[in-house]
Amino acid sequence: MCLFQCIMNYFPEEVLEHVFDFLTSLRDRNAVSLVCKSWYNVERCSRKKVFIGNCYAVNPELVIARFPRFQSLTLKGKPHFADFNLVPHDWGGYVQPWIEALAKNGISLEELRLKRMVVSDESLELLSKSFPNFKSLTLVSCEGFSTDGLAAIASNCRYLRELDLQENEVDDHKGHWLSCFPDSCTSLVSLNFACLKGEVNAAALERLIARCRNLKSLRLNHAVPLETLQKILVQAPQLNDLGIGSFVSDPYTESYFKLKAVLQKCKSVKSLSGFLDVNPRCLPSIYPICTNLTSLNLSYAPGIQSNDLIKLIIRCKKLERLWILDTIGDKGLEVVAATCKELQELRVFPSDLHGVGNAAVTEEGLVAISAGCPKLNSILYFCQQMTNAALITVAKNCPNFIRFRLCTLNPVIPDAVTNQPLDDGFGAIVQSCKGLKRLSVSGLLTDQVFLYIGMYAEQLEMLSIGFAGDSDKGMLYVLNGCKKLKKLEIRDSPFGNMALLSDVGKYETMRSLWMSSCEVTYGACKTLAEKMPRLNVEIINENEEMEGRPKDKHRVEKMYLYRTLVGARKDAPPFVWTL
Amino acid sequence: MERNNGLGLETELRLGLPGGGVGEVEKNEKKRVFSCFFDGGGEAEAKKNQVVGWPPVRAYRQKNSFNLMKMYVKVSMDGAPFLRKIDLSNHKGYSDLVLALEQLFGCFCIGDALKDADNCEYVPIYEDKDGDWMLLGDVPWEMFTETCKRLRIMKKSDAMGIGLHAKDLLKGLSNKEY
Repeated sequence: MCLFQCIMNYFPEEVLEHVFDFLTSLRDRNAVSLVCKSWYNVERCSRKKVFIGNCYAVNPELVIARFPRFQSLTLKGKPHFADFNLVPHDWGGYVQPWIEALAKNGISLEELRLKRMVVSDESLELLSKSFPNFKSLTLVSCEGFSTDGLAAIASNCRYLRELDLQENEVDDHKGHWLSCFPDSCTSLVSLNFACLKGEVNAAALERLIARCRNLKSLRLNHAVPLETLQKILVQAPQLNDLGIGSFVSDPYTESYFKLKAVLQKCKSVKSLSGFLDVNPRCLPSIYPICTNLTSLNLSYAPGIQSNDLIKLIIRCKKLERLWILDTIGDKGLEVVAATCKELQELRVFPSDLHGVGNAAVTEEGLVAISAGCPKLNSILYFCQQMTNAALITVAKNCPNFIRFRLCTLNPVIPDAVTNQPLDDGFGAIVQSCKGLKRLSVSGLLTDQVFLYIGMYAEQLEMLSIGFAGDSDKGMLYVLNGCKKLKKLEIRDSPFGNMALLSDVGKYETMRSLWMSSCEVTYGACKTLAEKMPRLNVEIINENEEMEGRPKDKHRVEKMYLYRTLVGARKDAPPFVWTL
Repeated sequence: MERNNGLGLETELRLGLPGGGVGEVEKNEKKRVFSCFFDGGGEAEAKKNQVVGWPPVRAYRQKNSFNLMKMYVKVSMDGAPFLRKIDLSNHKGYSDLVLALEQLFGCFCIGDALKDADNCEYVPIYEDKDGDWMLLGDVPWEMFTETCKRLRIMKKSDAMGIGLHAKDLLKGLSNKEY
């Protein structure tokens, strides 16, 4: 033991605990746990926030045993590709057993954050009644609950500060869940119900806002009328984050004038989103807010055309985060590049999946952004076409990318000018961006791009691949090269058994691997499962006509494997086979 | 799975917008789905529309962010045996619309007609909410999409016949950029 450790161990545990309190990052806390037994014990008893990236990697009892005093739990359920309809309904990811276990073991839960999990009304009700200090609920891309569950949260969580519903599929019973917040509830800091479809009682909403003087973040759904929005804003000029659901009015009415007047006073709004329904001629009333905006999300506002988008953005000089539809066009992106010098994160979503391919955005927009926005570090870009030259230029202009996700609308489109694969372009990105943690590639790609990724992407933690590569070599380059890889997801690529089985130990260093429509066979998956008892190798079988199991040589359509401490899960549906 | 004409879908007589997906992906066929993208533009377009989960946009976003207010109107062209339909909400302006019309009917001078050229024997007109037939391009695009009930690509000779001098009317359009 070194001198430093001797000194540290001399201090009583309370001192160690106090020191560890300053460690907020999970990585740091995990690191100190490994130093010695004493530090492990002090750390585990003092950890307040627990993050579980795969709910099936552990069970609640193990978590509670190790961290008896945690107050905040983050859980993620389904694999990422579930977002794109690749995972059947009823696959799993239920939060109920977690809430039951936490309640039973007397955990003093204050915060619960769930992503891609199945949440029932029963779970929400149990949650609302079991934890008297419960303060914050965040649900992202979850499903299985209705507004009845929200009513329970509103009714029973006396100190609720945060109710944040992002992009969930909620069964809206058009009841009065919002009216269930008692008059005594004044603690709300953040309320986001933009994803709900039904109406809420306008008067109840106004009263709730009026009595929650600490409210900083409010995102409304499209059913809240403009008059209500205006009254709310009068009551809550202190808002930092505003989501406008419906922005439809006749610009010549009194209610519009009133709204315009109150918007001029909303000087503290830094983040703006929504506009699910919008009359573009009302947008000028938003201009006063634009000057202070650091975050703008118009990706759910297809009603705003390029010209109006540009008129808004040209006023947003402090923007750090912009989410937008590709209706903005390359010209619009040039305006962004010229205006938003503080931009760090850009997401450009496709506006039309089924149409006759209007030229949306191309490599030109991306190059313009890279040239104009030196602080850019995170991008998600859906585009019509791309070129190696453009990607090489982007790599030169922006070496600071942490997240780089490029999605060509045609998944195997080559370089638009040279007709070559886009290997060199992505190669330039990984070579230049030494801090790159997340990468999604698309377009025509050979094994070469994976050679580059394996060679240069040293910090890469998550890689998404579709319709790429020529042979097992591609996947091998990645598995052998990317030492920090945590999540690998592959679809429709010619990687097979040789790649899958070449380094089975690698998968225990990763959170998960997804492979669908690749070349791996049932036999290879069985072999892998036999060799690695601490992995769950799950096959998703959607062939209803099949009787019994496939032959070893049959290709497996969907395989999802993940490391776990608790063996095969007991809640798997009949179409999921754990080998 | 693949159409065996090898000519691409443009040559098929279909009702519907070009590029609309008509191919089907068979579950059991061994050939990689994606390799069909190499087989030429028309089929690739169709396949693109059939691949599950591509482009990778969250299901929630798909349901909620696309312009569900489709504005389909009928389009007739004098001399064509049948009508087509076009979605006005899919287009950003007059030039965009005209390009689509040209592709629909294989008549590539409609755009010229809007720009004061003599070489086109057709002129694009539309029926508005009042039942009047109007020349394309006079009013702002948004107003047009709200008021247009149907489109017609009319032979100029018909217009001359009723005393309209289309050439003179069209001259005014060339000054407007939409």
